[in-house]
Amino acid sequence: MNEIIAWLGDSAHWSGSDGVPIRLLEHLQLSGASVLVALAIALPLGAYIGHSGRLTLLAVTIANVGRAMPTLALLVIFLPFILRAGLGLGFWPTFVPLVLLGIPPILVNAYVGVREVDADVREAARGLGMSGAQVLGRVELPLALPAIFAGLRTAAVQVIATATLGALVASGGLGRYIIDGIALHENARMVVGAILVAVLALSADAVLAFVERRAERRTEAPPAAVARSAGLPAR
Amino acid sequence: MREGEPLIEWEWIARNTDQIIARLVQHVGLTLIAVVFGLAISFVLALIVYRRRSLYPPLAGFAATLYTIPSIALFAILTPITGFGSIVTAEIALVSYTLLILLRNIVAGLDSVPADVREAAAAMGYSPWQQLWRVELPLALPLIIAGVRVATVTTVGLVTVAAVIGQGGLGQLILTGLRTFFATPIYVGAFLSLALALVADVALVQLQRALTPWALRRTHDYAADALAAAPGASL
Repeated sequence: MNEIIAWLGDSAHWSGSDGVPIRLLEHLQLSGASVLVALAIALPLGAYIGHSGRLTLLAVTIANVGRAMPTLALLVIFLPFILRAGLGLGFWPTFVPLVLLGIPPILVNAYVGVREVDADVREAARGLGMSGAQVLGRVELPLALPAIFAGLRTAAVQVIATATLGALVASGGLGRYIIDGIALHENARMVVGAILVAVLALSADAVLAFVERRAERRTEAPPAAVARSAGLPAR
Repeated sequence: MREGEPLIEWEWIARNTDQIIARLVQHVGLTLIAVVFGLAISFVLALIVYRRRSLYPPLAGFAATLYTIPSIALFAILTPITGFGSIVTAEIALVSYTLLILLRNIVAGLDSVPADVREAAAAMGYSPWQQLWRVELPLALPLIIAGVRVATVTTVGLVTVAAVIGQGGLGQLILTGLRTFFATPIYVGAFLSLALALVADVALVQLQRALTPWALRRTHDYAADALAAAPGASL
């Protein structure tokens, strides 16, 4: 415990490229970029699958393989290809697996969220003359928002956790403290890194849970016009 | 990863079969211990919840917090306390991760027993204890085993991460490959851990069918499958 406080009190650990602020920033950049790219891929795909009812087997397969694939394995199986492509160690060998890791939870939740929209509401939207795309964009997606945020939350927490392992393939981020601490037999460095990662994951989870609840409250009622014609109480 | 190295050197596999099998056995052992202890602890917690419902939110909240802490961080925090490379360090973390899924599913399983079934059992003179063991638990089995499936598959993946702290079964092969820049052990470790997760999942499905032959087979619900595969999804 004293060692940890001493480590944290050493100003050398708070500046420079191996300082806490830089490592934290690296971790956030890497995780943030990965989650955003995963969202850009998984949300349209999941929404399409939920809307059309096509490719459901693909969604289930992605979810199952995504769950069974060990994160450490996911992190390393692309390494030979990335090195051959001349992209080097560090950012790319971590970024690519993190994107793939973020896709399943977002895709599954978008798919289930859209699919679970009340059939009456969907019918009513069609009855109002909305096209398929309009039904998706104005009715199904807004109603699926809480589910989509839940998926985003799961993805973000998993990505932040696995970004730590990126240190094994020479990536930056807070994982450096853990991996280097183990290699150098410096317990203080290792534990500080672990605590920072844990706090980061829990904070991200709490922030996204808050956003999720906000989304839930805001989308409780379907758009008024649709609700009225579906015989639901309009709010 | 070296120039001109084939993706998989079959000869290396043939030379190291003993080591590969030993790692696989260790991996199975670490997973089994974690799931069995996790199930025992979750079962006790579920019985406490059964008696005192008000304790469910704090217990589930605690389990959810543990679940959110990245595995590598928990391994690293425990290492100075229980030792590097110790099976205790690995298992404390691995058991912690099974609690959320198992507790949630056991409680959901017990909740799924219809009220008239409970009343009928009570009317037949079953004591509350007999009612639990002879009626409610058997009826809860499908959901309990569904939880065991998710917990097992998750644990198989997390065990590989324990390689970083000197445990880890097949994860050791992956780490060895990373350290020596040699792709074959990476692919062997990754492939076997994925295969182990899938085999365990299929075996548990068979077990559930054998134990609960009365459970009606519903029309297949892909969305439910997909959600079951994303344990963090509907927290």
